[in-house]
Amino acid sequence: MIEVREISKRYVDILALNKISFTVDKGELFGIIGPDGAGKTTLFRILATLLLPDDGSARVNDWDVIKQYKKIRKNIGYMPGRFSLYQDLSVQENLEFFASIFHTSIKNNYENIQTIYEQIAPFKNRKAGALSGGMKQKLALCCALVHNPEVLFLDEPTTGVDAVSRQEFWESLIELKNKGMTILVSTPYMDEASLCDRVALMQTGRIMEINAPEAIIQKFSKKLWAIKADNTYHLLKDLQSFQHIDTCFPFGENIHVTLLHGEADMNDLRKYLQEKQHQELTITTILPVIEDCFMDLMTEDILH
Amino acid sequence: MRTILFILQKEFLQIFRSKGMLPIIIALPIIQLILLAYAANYEIKNITVDMVDQDHSEWSRRLTHQIFASGYFRLNAVKENIGSAMEDVRSDQADLIVVIPPHFERNLIGNNNEKIQVLINAINGMKAGIASGYIQSILQNFNGNIRMERLHQPAIYPPSPPGIDVTNVYWYNPHLDYKQFMVPGILVVLVTMIGIFLSGINIVREKEIGTMEQLNVTPIKKIHFIIGKLLPFWIIAMAELAFGLIFSWWVFHLSFAGSVGLIFFFAGIYLLVMLGLGLLISSRTETQQQALFITWFFFVVFLLLSGLFTPIESMPLWAQRITLFDPVAWFIKVIRMVLIKGSGWNDIKPYFLIILVFAVVVNISAALAYRKRG
Repeated sequence: MIEVREISKRYVDILALNKISFTVDKGELFGIIGPDGAGKTTLFRILATLLLPDDGSARVNDWDVIKQYKKIRKNIGYMPGRFSLYQDLSVQENLEFFASIFHTSIKNNYENIQTIYEQIAPFKNRKAGALSGGMKQKLALCCALVHNPEVLFLDEPTTGVDAVSRQEFWESLIELKNKGMTILVSTPYMDEASLCDRVALMQTGRIMEINAPEAIIQKFSKKLWAIKADNTYHLLKDLQSFQHIDTCFPFGENIHVTLLHGEADMNDLRKYLQEKQHQELTITTILPVIEDCFMDLMTEDILH
Repeated sequence: MRTILFILQKEFLQIFRSKGMLPIIIALPIIQLILLAYAANYEIKNITVDMVDQDHSEWSRRLTHQIFASGYFRLNAVKENIGSAMEDVRSDQADLIVVIPPHFERNLIGNNNEKIQVLINAINGMKAGIASGYIQSILQNFNGNIRMERLHQPAIYPPSPPGIDVTNVYWYNPHLDYKQFMVPGILVVLVTMIGIFLSGINIVREKEIGTMEQLNVTPIKKIHFIIGKLLPFWIIAMAELAFGLIFSWWVFHLSFAGSVGLIFFFAGIYLLVMLGLGLLISSRTETQQQALFITWFFFVVFLLLSGLFTPIESMPLWAQRITLFDPVAWFIKVIRMVLIKGSGWNDIKPYFLIILVFAVVVNISAALAYRKRG
């Protein structure tokens, strides 16, 4: 459904995309996970036919993004990262306008947008600019769906949205996927990765790994610990200077740690931390989440 | 075609929804018309005068009276010497000093000859020239009266040979009513403002708020989008012109010597030039601020070279050549010709062709510059 081959894009002095390749199957919910500046938006803009790649080719619904952009534009729904609807028009007016320029109407595709539309319907006469962040994103999704596209491109749809709205938003996406829609979604939130069928972990213009979220976690072969102490900052500093440390990253109030020789170094570490006089020290073995995998891949990436 | 209609519908919805727009469309033109029509008035009245009367005779008083009876001059102060009167000129309280020397009456009657000194502040050259003209004609008149009265001689002595008698008849605007001249030009400014400012900014706004990105991913054709964005302002500007004409007819009794239809026809093409310029500017700018600044630059240059405030004929030759490229100048010329002089289609045809060329050139450049893929 989406086929990206060796796409590169350079902006003056930075390589935003460096030979990106991946495919997304029909009816798949595919996530692009990566921090800000990874190149997610550039990738989306190329696939949405807004930007030309310097190199490589991409096909959406078997149409070439450069030569057959007109066909693509009729068949995709695109939600840019920045809220891009008319703030001075009401919810209803925005929807009607976007339906009309695709020569359709809300009624024609009501089935498609029903669940989401019902959530925003109570505010349908309110101006889009006066909606809450979560509502705005729901409206934008609605507008992107109103012409019944086959592929949906959602560029960071949940950034800056509260936890409840984020959850509702993802529920809508999964429902759409179950109806057979192909969805490409990007997010900086690692916890959302597990909701996708497959994810691509992206960093500085490159894809580090493409796999199902569970498979990525399974691949993480190292032993992982969460360490906590009264002074997290000093703890982090001390861990970084420990001679057998492999990786250590702050994760909430914990620090996630892997060691060069795994379990074998643990006793040394305990001793070391006690010498450094950390109070309320707790060390627990934990199972990795996507973020740990991401950090691990990123470190390897930098080392190579 | 239906797409244009949908965009139009959306545009009007947005225009009439925005709180700032209605006052701009209705109140500002009225304010502009009234303010400029009365303020931009070049009849020189109220020239302030310091009288230095060192004679205090009956004749000096009669001269003083005659000067102020003319209505052009206003007495600022009566001074005893030139020095203190000059102070008033320096502090800008007086534009002009009339010095009546001692023994004015005696010399005038006894010697048949006397001199009066007139000092004029010439910082504003035009005002000084007009003031000097007025005061000279008053003095001549006064001179004539003396001869009549005192010497019982004909006003001009020795009698001048029969010669050419010059009388002025002012055609097309017999009463030299400045408003008849200014108001049509102000109407052009009004139409220009809507054409050039609102259209360009309206497009840049879509870029700035990001909706352009969303629209670009739709099957909207470039040409439909542009027409949909510009047409509302063409319509509003034409409505504004109609409104302005009616208002001017009602309030200023603007003369309608020629065909109003001709003016609308010309304005319709003229607006294409302005909208095209707005479009051209919008294609090269990313924010409303940039667009506004560039538009403002063009607008001021067009306006100052338009002949609205300074007659083009009095500009230096090189500047006159530049005005040939000023669409505002052409429209002001045409609207004055049609409204005041009653010029018809044949008279304005050459100007129409010039504007048509402008419209074609500007819009082709704008279309080329407008880089929206698809």
